[in-house]
Amino acid sequence: MPNPARGKIEIAQDECKGCAVCTDACPPKVIQLSTTLNVQGYHPAQYLGDGCTGCGICFYVCPEPGAITVYKWQDEEVQPKQHRAA
Amino acid sequence: MYTIVQQRPDSIYDLFERKDGDQHVTHYCPGCGHGVIHKMIAECLDDLGVQDRTILVSPVGCSVFAYYYFDVGNVQAPHGRAPAVATGIKRSRPGSIVLSYQGDGDLAAIGGNEILHAANRGEDITVFFVNNAIYGMTGGQMAPTSLLGQKTTTSPFGRTLQNEGYPMRVCELLAALEAPVYLERTAIFDSKNNMRTRKAIRKAIQNQIDGLGFSLVEILSPCPTIWKMTPQDARKWLNENMIPYYKPGVYRDKTAPPTKSIVTLQAASGSSSAASEAGQTPATKVPADNAVEPSSPPPAPSRRTARKEVPLVEVPSLLGIRATERPGETSGSAALLGNYNERSRFFDSTVSPAPPRSEAGFFPSTVPEKYQNPQIKIAGFGGQGVLLLGEVLAESGMLSGYRVSWLPSYGPEMRGGTAHCHVRLSQHEIGSPLVSRPTILLSLNKPSLLKFLPEATPGALIIYNSSLIDEPPVRDDIETVPLSATEIAEKIGSPKVANMVMIGGLMARTHLLSKETVFAAIDALVKNQALIELNRRAIEAGMQAVLELEAVLQS
Ligand code: SF4
Ligand code: SF4
Ligand code: SF4
Repeated sequence: MPNPARGKIEIAQDECKGCAVCTDACPPKVIQLSTTLNVQGYHPAQYLGDGCTGCGICFYVCPEPGAITVYKWQDEEVQPKQHRAA
Repeated sequence: MYTIVQQRPDSIYDLFERKDGDQHVTHYCPGCGHGVIHKMIAECLDDLGVQDRTILVSPVGCSVFAYYYFDVGNVQAPHGRAPAVATGIKRSRPGSIVLSYQGDGDLAAIGGNEILHAANRGEDITVFFVNNAIYGMTGGQMAPTSLLGQKTTTSPFGRTLQNEGYPMRVCELLAALEAPVYLERTAIFDSKNNMRTRKAIRKAIQNQIDGLGFSLVEILSPCPTIWKMTPQDARKWLNENMIPYYKPGVYRDKTAPPTKSIVTLQAASGSSSAASEAGQTPATKVPADNAVEPSSPPPAPSRRTARKEVPLVEVPSLLGIRATERPGETSGSAALLGNYNERSRFFDSTVSPAPPRSEAGFFPSTVPEKYQNPQIKIAGFGGQGVLLLGEVLAESGMLSGYRVSWLPSYGPEMRGGTAHCHVRLSQHEIGSPLVSRPTILLSLNKPSLLKFLPEATPGALIIYNSSLIDEPPVRDDIETVPLSATEIAEKIGSPKVANMVMIGGLMARTHLLSKETVFAAIDALVKNQALIELNRRAIEAGMQAVLELEAVLQS
């Protein structure tokens, strides 16, 4: 991939309750509710696959503690796992 | 290379070993603020490296199950007593980080005494006070923090000044005490405010690590379920209604190191602006420390004057009988009492209650005898509208002239696990609203069917949501009706109206309730006009589906 998106997210489909708070909050609007139902009977949120900036906003608005994982693109030499400054 | 920047905090368990419900998810409703706050607290415990010495005291309320989620030491306190329990833990284990997590019913009502004195003693604990202006777990009763005019099950015409007084502002109240070192109010509704909340949570925990004293963060939090709103509308409502009364900001900050702000340490005398000097950026400009000005009360006569105008002997007027018509009343208090005068929702409905029925032929002749005097149990996921389904049955039963009862199951379990309720429609006076042997079971998901099928009486009618239940109930002494309620609801516009599809199915099968009374009940119970329309269509579709099924079976 020549020009990877700055970030990406993963949403655990079975942990999502389809509240759509993340889809509203995501600035580039790259999250959408799925048309299919998950085991709980909700339409889970899904990452559209491109355009995420890794800003972490969806993580901090989502009510499920484990539903969203946010990744950021880092050049190899940069040290990973830096928590956002408040 | 992609690296993880945010993920499930270590201080949150991987699996939630609850008895009921899916162990991958919290029991909180979709869009509830609790989960966000849990995540932020847990992340902070990770980052500050104190997970192994943290003890969380969980309250009574929706968040009673916090101990299923936080991988820390956990103690669960009796209602309102968390600050007292936290005091005991902290004093006996001074090296631990003790967090008290409380809702507004817990902290501001029954626990008012405990929080006041723990704060006044300056206990070295951290309190997270989640304020959603209502009792969530018990189904929406008025809390000390409910807003004026806010309708709850115990203030059905809206909270009024005379009867219940002003909503209680806890931060302001505690800011009148000398001892607390840090008091801040924040909110969960958009990313900016969430991040402020996250920062306040971190500061409040850091204060305890530094041994500074009592810290409390009041967090305004959405409760979509009990407010009867979508998660989006709940966030909007919070912003528009709670924020003006409960102003976010730092109400006390005596934590700054002396080098940075010597004034803070003298701030108890009241004049300095400690928050800004301590490097805080309050959400709104609220003077820190005990110099906080109370925000302007609603334009209403003071409680004392209002009291004078409504002598206590006139209890009926307080109960809404002839409230505004008394001569000589000032317009101010008339306005205040106005809410009481609003007639109950039953009188708004387009159908007036049926006259008392005669004993013979009590149920319409179209109702087969086996369906008369039904004892109905309704069960499904919390969030599938199980309680509303029951309410609609009871209310339309009432409009049909039956004696009715509706008993919700309540408790934190029902939020994310199986919710159920009991409805009786009866010819005779109802002794107990409890249905332990249902003659009709409406089951919206698989766990609830497995749980309640054994309770059904021989010959019982089981209508089940075949969209989410792949195996039909196995028992040869019952009648079963499969109804793909979720799929039908989805076709109409939202899986949320699956509950109404079930009602339609029940109506078509039993003829217990007419479309007219059910629609009137929906008008009375559902506030949102668009939803009323959707619900009506769902009911018709449910009736249709069962009629078609019966036609197929008969041919
Ligand atoms: S990290 Fe930011 S850009 Fe990426 S999906 Fe979440 S909110 Fe959207
Ligand atoms: S905010 Fe969380 S629970 Fe809600 S839709 Fe997004 S991922 Fe799902
Ligand atoms: S009722 Fe639901 S939304 Fe309200 S506080 Fe409880 S879990 Fe949260």
